[in-house]
Amino acid sequence: MTVLTKNFRDIELRIAKLNLPQGDWATEARTDALKRLRSVGMPERRDEYWRFTRPDVFNQSGTPPATVSAMEKEIVFSQVDALQIVFDDGIFNAKESDTLALEYVSIDRLAESSSDTHWAKSLYGQLETNGQKPVPRPLGSLNTAFATDGILVLVKGSAPKPINIIYNQKEETSDVTLHHVVRLEAGAELTILESGPAAARLNNVIEVDVADGAVFHHIRTQNNTKDNHVATHIFARLGNASTFKSFTLTINGKLTRNECLIEITGDDAVAHVAGACVGDGNFHQDDTVFITHDAKGCESRQVFKKVLRNGAVGVFQGKILVKAGAQKTDGYQISQSLLLDGDSQFLAKPELEIYADDVICSHGSTSGAIDEDALFYLRSRGISEYEATNLLTLAFLAEAMDEIEDEDLREMLTRQLEGWLERHRG
Amino acid sequence: MDSIVENVVVKDGVDQETVDAVREVGGAYKHGWSTDIEMEYAPKGLSPDIVKLISEKNEEPDWMLDWRLAAYERWLQKKEPEWAMVDYPKIDFQDQYYYARPKSMETKPKSLDEVDPKLLATYEKLGIPLKEQLILAGVDGAEELTGAPRKVAVDAVFDSVSVGTTFRDELLKAGVIFCSISEAIKDYPDLVKKYLGSVVPVSDNYYATLNSAVFSDGSFVYIPPGVRCPMELSTYFRINAENTGQFERTLIIADKGSYVSYLEGCTAPQRDIAQLHAAVVEIIIEEDAEVKYSTVQNWYPGDENGKGGIYNFVTKRADCRGDRAKVMWTQVETGSAVTWKYPSCILRGNETQGEFYSIAIANNMQQADTGTKMVHLGKNTKSRIVSKGISAGQAQNTYRGLVSMHPRAKDSRNYTQCDSLLIGDKCGAHTVPYIEVKNNSSRVEHEATTSKVDDDQLFYCRSRGMDEEEAVALVVNGFCKDVLQALPMEFAMEAQQLVAISLEGSVG
Repeated sequence: MTVLTKNFRDIELRIAKLNLPQGDWATEARTDALKRLRSVGMPERRDEYWRFTRPDVFNQSGTPPATVSAMEKEIVFSQVDALQIVFDDGIFNAKESDTLALEYVSIDRLAESSSDTHWAKSLYGQLETNGQKPVPRPLGSLNTAFATDGILVLVKGSAPKPINIIYNQKEETSDVTLHHVVRLEAGAELTILESGPAAARLNNVIEVDVADGAVFHHIRTQNNTKDNHVATHIFARLGNASTFKSFTLTINGKLTRNECLIEITGDDAVAHVAGACVGDGNFHQDDTVFITHDAKGCESRQVFKKVLRNGAVGVFQGKILVKAGAQKTDGYQISQSLLLDGDSQFLAKPELEIYADDVICSHGSTSGAIDEDALFYLRSRGISEYEATNLLTLAFLAEAMDEIEDEDLREMLTRQLEGWLERHRG
Repeated sequence: MDSIVENVVVKDGVDQETVDAVREVGGAYKHGWSTDIEMEYAPKGLSPDIVKLISEKNEEPDWMLDWRLAAYERWLQKKEPEWAMVDYPKIDFQDQYYYARPKSMETKPKSLDEVDPKLLATYEKLGIPLKEQLILAGVDGAEELTGAPRKVAVDAVFDSVSVGTTFRDELLKAGVIFCSISEAIKDYPDLVKKYLGSVVPVSDNYYATLNSAVFSDGSFVYIPPGVRCPMELSTYFRINAENTGQFERTLIIADKGSYVSYLEGCTAPQRDIAQLHAAVVEIIIEEDAEVKYSTVQNWYPGDENGKGGIYNFVTKRADCRGDRAKVMWTQVETGSAVTWKYPSCILRGNETQGEFYSIAIANNMQQADTGTKMVHLGKNTKSRIVSKGISAGQAQNTYRGLVSMHPRAKDSRNYTQCDSLLIGDKCGAHTVPYIEVKNNSSRVEHEATTSKVDDDQLFYCRSRGMDEEEAVALVVNGFCKDVLQALPMEFAMEAQQLVAISLEGSVG
């Protein structure tokens, strides 16, 4: 086993300066998570699961600095009527946040919920534990053990507006660990928006339990500066006829690893995970998705598009696991990259593991440059090469952007992309 | 089970030939018998002494022994790979024989006439007559098509030794060297020294390293510059002895502008205890040369409860060294209890081409983890992968492949298609492709689907009077057509039959 060869000293160095929060309902879960972490070790490059991405930066105790943007930050979702929750370097900003009250929704903060009977007790670290098989996700366990804050959201009906979590980075070497827990009860509906670079180094976990018939939407933009290091996990569990849709736009960042692990346990559920990323130069973006079908008649979609230039690296590791008995599964997975120059790289491992016979599962993966013919056509219509390239780039990303159901939100993120292209001329 | 087509009333529209073919091969594994022959074994287990003994038996020069011993040392340091999606009891490498040869082979027969009739009969029974002027069984129509008898030269490997090689003289006239590797080590040491281990290095992987230490025999082919090999070459591997591993090594060198088509077949008797087969095939292809390598792998797959069978852990790799070199791997994998096999192409020269066509069928308790690697290093290189996996019973079938475009491999192309078919709800089909693209002028496309046998197609066939087994066989044959068409004629027929029999009992 690879586990035996791990350098377990790394863990002790990594956690030496961290405090394990004590004395609240989550203490047991945190202690268990630390045990899990110590049993599997920190991730290493030679782990098959980290084949394409170097995890070293998440293992070291110090945080490599990331410049804080001097410019006034544009709030991506500022136009959206939402309940706003602000974290500055992982610290809750009460002044800029709205009151944590919303019809049908109860919102608490992890750092300020001491009641031993808190509803989140049955979920905190639980879905993360479920997500440790078949491959360990040590960064998820690290997060459960040492998370300093996060929001706990219980939804009992259709939330009247989205929750908008805004992250700000204030310090050049901030190291932030946040852990959110969301539970949608039967038939409930909620949209969560996330935006901003949260820290120089961020470890973020969201555990989502979607009960029967509930609908959860998640839209996130990781508009980082060029030095940020980000590791995120979504651990989700889906009940009967529930819907889960998550979309992530990654702009810049030195290293981003987004993992999404979905366990479909109820029949006729729908799970969509999508992402678009644009990177220039020292940019490494990794989407790792694992969807487990353990129920009948479910649909899952994975749609990932990456635009890479000047030596940027895009990674996709996706898996659809269809367990025995999960008949009538419809699984789809596509990962594509557009390499704008000869130095950029696309590394992919799109996997299928299927133990049921009455299923339709397909996956596709392509990589290539801008279509010369299309470019020529546009130029012949009088469009400049720069504009034509942008047009084709946006068209390439469109299939992923279309996964955002809400037209206004899709429009906001498309503007982000246009802005990025504008800033990266030539 | 062995008479499923016995009482079929042939309806209009059902090809009598197909029914006959299925009847002929109908029933259980047809090569499960064994030859009763006096054998000579090396002592059980693996040690430097055994390595020395194998080297001695083959009358090898010192450099070869040193090479083997170095490999043995490396092997001791290596760990058995665990990443494949296969599950089998731990192999006790000390509890088997590494060398077994028929007593009658103690002194190498000078010609086929001197070979023990029992051995000749074995191959006769397998449909591989070791007589010149004869064509391979099962292709009686070949003569009519070509106007002249088609010749196929055969190197027959029985347990640890090569029994004989046909058409050697005729091939030599054309400059083609075709002999066992043990002879080549003695007769053509310069060629062997230059190329052995140059494609699959000694320490490449656990089983290749083991093979490097203990390989006992195998085939050697050298096609000189500009020569189109006058006939197809083939090797037939037969494992007969019990508790014996077969470790053969094949080395094929296609010099500039040459061409050869090479066929490989393999069978083994039905035994309760699993047996190990760890082979290495190295192919070197120089400028403008082309090699076609086709395999019909039909090792004993074990019984329906997974008892016995061959563990087939094979390393096959072709190195397209010169510009415009071409290689084509075609494989039909129906046998073996466990398969671990990834015939690969190193596209080193510019404008080189690699192709991989595979049908892997796993039934009952079989496990197959197979695929290919296309490593694009040269400019303008092209590769194509078509893989069809079929799972039935409780079998697990995995496609595992790598397509790698290096920064220097400008303007290269890859197209990959891997489809899986599941028959029954207790089996599994898996796809594990690795795609690494490091330049933007290359295009890589990967597609994969998994589905079950289409009910409408089955219904249609049934409505035309076919029984369910036949209908499934027909649909499956259609599913495999892309690959079957790429097979040389000698194999196409056998492969079609195999596709039919391996699926028996898998419906309903």
